[in-house]
Amino acid sequence: MMQWKTNNLLFIHVTRIASFLILSFSIYLFFAGHNDPGGGFIGGLMTAAAVLLLYLTFDKRKIDEMLPINYVNLIPTGLLIGFGAGFIGMIFGFPYLTQFFDYFTLPWIGEVELATAVLFDLGIYLGVAAVALTIILTIAGDEE
Amino acid sequence: MSLLHWAILIPFLFAIIVPILYKYIRPIHTGWFVLLVPSVLFIYFLPYLTPISNGDTFMESVPWVPSLGIQFSAYVDGWSLLFALLITGIGALVVLYSIFYLDKKYEALNNFYVYLLLFMGAMLGVVLSDNLIVLYVFWELTSLSSTLLISYWYYRDASINGAVKSLNITVLGGFAMLAGFALLYVMTGTFSIQEMIGQAGTVIDHPLFLPTIILILLGAFTKSAQFPFHIWLPDAMEAPTPVSAYLHSATMVKAGIYLVARFTPLFGGAAEWFWIIAGAGLLTTLWGSFSALRQKDLKGLLAYSTISQLGMVMCLLGLGSAALYFDEANELYTVAILAAVFHLFNHASFKGSLFMTAGIVDHETGTRDIRSLGGLMLVMPATATISLIGAASMAGLPPLNGFLSKEHFFMGLTNAAEYGIFNMETVGLIFPIIGWLASVFTFVYCCIFFFKTFAGRFDASRFPKKVHEAPVGMLISPAILGFIVVTVGLFPNLLSQSIIEPSMASILNGLPMDNEAFSVDIEHWHGFSLELWMTIGVVAFGSLIFAGMGRWSKWSIYNKDVDPFTPVYDATMTGTIKGSQLITNVQMTGRLRDYFAFIAVFFLIITSWTMVRFDAFALDLEAMGNVTIYEMLLIGLLLVSVLSLPFIQKRIAAVVVLGFVGFFIALLFVNFRAPDLALTQLLIETVLVVLFMLAFYHLPELRKETSKLTFKWTNAMISFGIGLMMTVIAFSAFTFGQGNGFDPISDYFIENSADLAGGYNMVNVVLVDFRGLDTILEVLVLAIAALGVIALIRLRMKEGDDV
Repeated sequence: MMQWKTNNLLFIHVTRIASFLILSFSIYLFFAGHNDPGGGFIGGLMTAAAVLLLYLTFDKRKIDEMLPINYVNLIPTGLLIGFGAGFIGMIFGFPYLTQFFDYFTLPWIGEVELATAVLFDLGIYLGVAAVALTIILTIAGDEE
Repeated sequence: MSLLHWAILIPFLFAIIVPILYKYIRPIHTGWFVLLVPSVLFIYFLPYLTPISNGDTFMESVPWVPSLGIQFSAYVDGWSLLFALLITGIGALVVLYSIFYLDKKYEALNNFYVYLLLFMGAMLGVVLSDNLIVLYVFWELTSLSSTLLISYWYYRDASINGAVKSLNITVLGGFAMLAGFALLYVMTGTFSIQEMIGQAGTVIDHPLFLPTIILILLGAFTKSAQFPFHIWLPDAMEAPTPVSAYLHSATMVKAGIYLVARFTPLFGGAAEWFWIIAGAGLLTTLWGSFSALRQKDLKGLLAYSTISQLGMVMCLLGLGSAALYFDEANELYTVAILAAVFHLFNHASFKGSLFMTAGIVDHETGTRDIRSLGGLMLVMPATATISLIGAASMAGLPPLNGFLSKEHFFMGLTNAAEYGIFNMETVGLIFPIIGWLASVFTFVYCCIFFFKTFAGRFDASRFPKKVHEAPVGMLISPAILGFIVVTVGLFPNLLSQSIIEPSMASILNGLPMDNEAFSVDIEHWHGFSLELWMTIGVVAFGSLIFAGMGRWSKWSIYNKDVDPFTPVYDATMTGTIKGSQLITNVQMTGRLRDYFAFIAVFFLIITSWTMVRFDAFALDLEAMGNVTIYEMLLIGLLLVSVLSLPFIQKRIAAVVVLGFVGFFIALLFVNFRAPDLALTQLLIETVLVVLFMLAFYHLPELRKETSKLTFKWTNAMISFGIGLMMTVIAFSAFTFGQGNGFDPISDYFIENSADLAGGYNMVNVVLVDFRGLDTILEVLVLAIAALGVIALIRLRMKEGDDV
């Protein structure tokens, strides 16, 4: 996407490792959100940052092949999940956007808290990541 | 959620499936699947008839926004059941008709049925909602979905024009109505209509009464195409005929009628309510029936006739509302309500069939122009028969149902002169006179509709298509409606007990139900009463006018078929567009710094005015804590980077220094133990710097600032003002917080986030659990911003384009 691309070996190799570290950290952040710092918004932004790093280092075409995702379509998907999660409560007669949570004991993992808020947060996560990527890639892809 | 709620939501849910059905099951017309929805709903609503006719009502409630008193409550009484049955029953017939009307090869059926189902669900929501806000939501949904339906053939200019017109007018009325609802809430403290009716006395005596009813009636009148808001209805005829049959004869335009009747128990008995509704209705009847005469388009004629008939129902509702002035039911007044309910039903039946036959004529001959039609009786005998039944019923001829309701209409009007309230002793006489005149015109346009289309000599060369009778499938629906017209005409009391009496009871809610005035007994023959003589007069006079049509159709007023109010609307529209362009050109300079200056100055003025007005300045340094060395250091660095910004000449350096500012703020957050905020700030800053760099690539070199000194001083003053304002606000907020001993809002979240939401990160719990709507709507804002970026960059305007 940029014309000043050079073959900076160090940059490329660091990116290869760093981007996946950042990506996994962003997913950790997303799940940690309910009890520790993190959550959908931050996780989404960090995912966007990781993907952006890839775009900055490698060719746009190459990343598009690797991640064949249309970020524009991801925005409404995230919004739909977020808005849709709000209806879960309505089915059971609670107001819109009522969230539920409970603790379950799963085999091997132990006691886990499962919350509908995670679904809602997933919507936020996808929406934020997709918006950030869409804006930046659209501006970057502008030819003029 | 009860079954009743699902009944409202099913059309919406089914609308999601329709595109899939359309895409994957191409050989079968999508309409066959859609037909299921109204049929099932109709069967679902039918059993309600028995309990409703025994005087029961049903109320099912689901909290929606309980903190604001908004419940999704579905309420069934006689009046809403009548509408629910009309919507689903006629809906089923319309869908059946549309299967044969719309060709599955050439038409975008998925769009059509999605819009139709949206409309059906919205309409059901309007008539079954008891909560005003929910009702309003569905009300605007009917406006939106009907606009989509009207503009279904979106490549035609006339369709778009008609759709925009209907949207502008009905949504304008809708906004007024929302304001009226808000005023009602102020008066009664509830959004539930049934609870409001309990407080009817306080509402009528309230000083806000008149503005409230005017605002609400604006909504009802625009929707029901009452004079002078009727101009959108004829243009809406650009929609496909099944749509016209559905929206503009059976359901949508009746929403206004529904609303007026629904509010009659609340406002009825007040002179203002009586006069506005009866007056507007009467005027609409006359104007609509007169304008219908001048139409050259079959559907245009029917549109004006709908306007006129709706005006008639509206007028009757106004007259009948006087019953609530007294505390006992009196046949003098209730007969008007009876006529309104009965005619509403009859109108749905005959107008639906007429629209469908007009659609058949259009479909099979290729034209709707009355001047080129004629002689179709022998070519299309079935269509002609159904049209004859419909037209005769509309004209008010015995023994069809239109005759019965017209007799009651006359009875209601002549009774009006005997009212003895609201000065009706003297002015009351104009009601029967104008009503009679309108009926004469009605008779004439019914003659025009039937004879100009079907009578005369058939000349095949006049039609663009080879004319033949419609396929059987297309005839089923109008035939069923025609059958209803005849049946109700022959056995008029078929509906009296089951639907008309309960409807009257809900409109005149509060009057004793067991009164004799409520028992409905419709008869064909009352002896040589005044009403019968009026009907005979209508037929005689109308026939004379129709026979002399050749003479008066040369008059210029006949040939001007554009409504005189249409130019007024057009002028308003062009004026609005011109005016907004003017304003836009003044404020949209195209320079980002101007926009910032506008925003900043506006913010400055509004906030300082508010603070001065409420005397909100306070400064108390005593209570403040100590500033540690780290904080001093951070703030010092922050200050240095901010202050050095204006003096940096290289853009890249400016971007980096701006990044510093953000990172220092993130560090401040860390210092104050807000890891979530710090993380967000860091990430936003990172992404922003990348964005800046990208934009940087496209920007020209930074040039030496050449602006004038005064300009610089203005900028400096604005930024200084904003900074000062923020500081003052912060100090004042802090001082006030210390002074009055309020509990900080965070205490609640600290205590409850683990118990209520199961999370220990309070910030995140606030974001997803306590304030989820804010969060998701913020992401929506972000999404809109992304759309804006896409639109700005990918769909760039050409040189010289204006917005």
